[in-house]
Amino acid sequence: MKFGIVVSEGPYQHQASDSAYNFVKAALAKGHEVSRVFFYHDGVNVGTRLSIPPQDDRQIQEQWTALGKEHDLDLVICIAAAQRRGLLDENEAKRQGKDADNIAEGFRISGLGQLIEMGIQADRTITFGD
Amino acid sequence: MSETIKKFLYVNRKAPYGTIYAQESLEVVLIGAAFDQDVSLAFLDDGVFQLTKGQNTKEIGLKNFSATYRALGDYEVTKLYVEKESLEERGLTLDDLQNIEYEDEDDDYAEKPSIRLVTRAEMADVMADQDVVLSF
Repeated sequence: MKFGIVVSEGPYQHQASDSAYNFVKAALAKGHEVSRVFFYHDGVNVGTRLSIPPQDDRQIQEQWTALGKEHDLDLVICIAAAQRRGLLDENEAKRQGKDADNIAEGFRISGLGQLIEMGIQADRTITFGD
Repeated sequence: MSETIKKFLYVNRKAPYGTIYAQESLEVVLIGAAFDQDVSLAFLDDGVFQLTKGQNTKEIGLKNFSATYRALGDYEVTKLYVEKESLEERGLTLDDLQNIEYEDEDDDYAEKPSIRLVTRAEMADVMADQDVVLSF
């Protein structure tokens, strides 16, 4: 089965991104396909490379980056939600005249259309949120 | 934009201004309208407050986006399911909600109400009938 995943709560603040990660890992292990993971609302904060969680805690962004690399996952951060919350890639930082970017490896920033497209293309769309 | 037409339901469960869910849900609905899918919105729990009339956000410094719901008909978003029990539990009736209409192009552009009052049991049927449910 082809799954589309929505993560709509922030890391550490909420379990949603952990549950989504565990689900995606399990689904892939069972031979399913994950066509895209779409990060929305505070979920976009999963994609900052500047977070520094305590060493004895799980490293949420690094986990996603590693899983994405291993399975060639499409990890998409919503641009509208990201701009509000200060999550930028290099192009966007330049375009907006900001002095830094913070997007982590393996993530990309794109529009809400990617969420709708995912819903159309996936067999099942699952939201991990509050 | 796509040949597949799926039934999308956007479920709105939160009050309009305490959190950003309602506003960012509307942003998805408006973008999604360009994809020519079969779109419905559901309003339940505190989400029913999103549709109330006379919203005034002046004192809290937030943008009042309540007029956007009345424009949804122009985006061919014409099915707004409102849960009866959620209204009643909050002391609200249909009269407390905005008058939201759309022009029915199959009926000489007659103006028809977009809000459909449904019971909790009927809402379950509406949800079961969808291909994609996005919850806010």
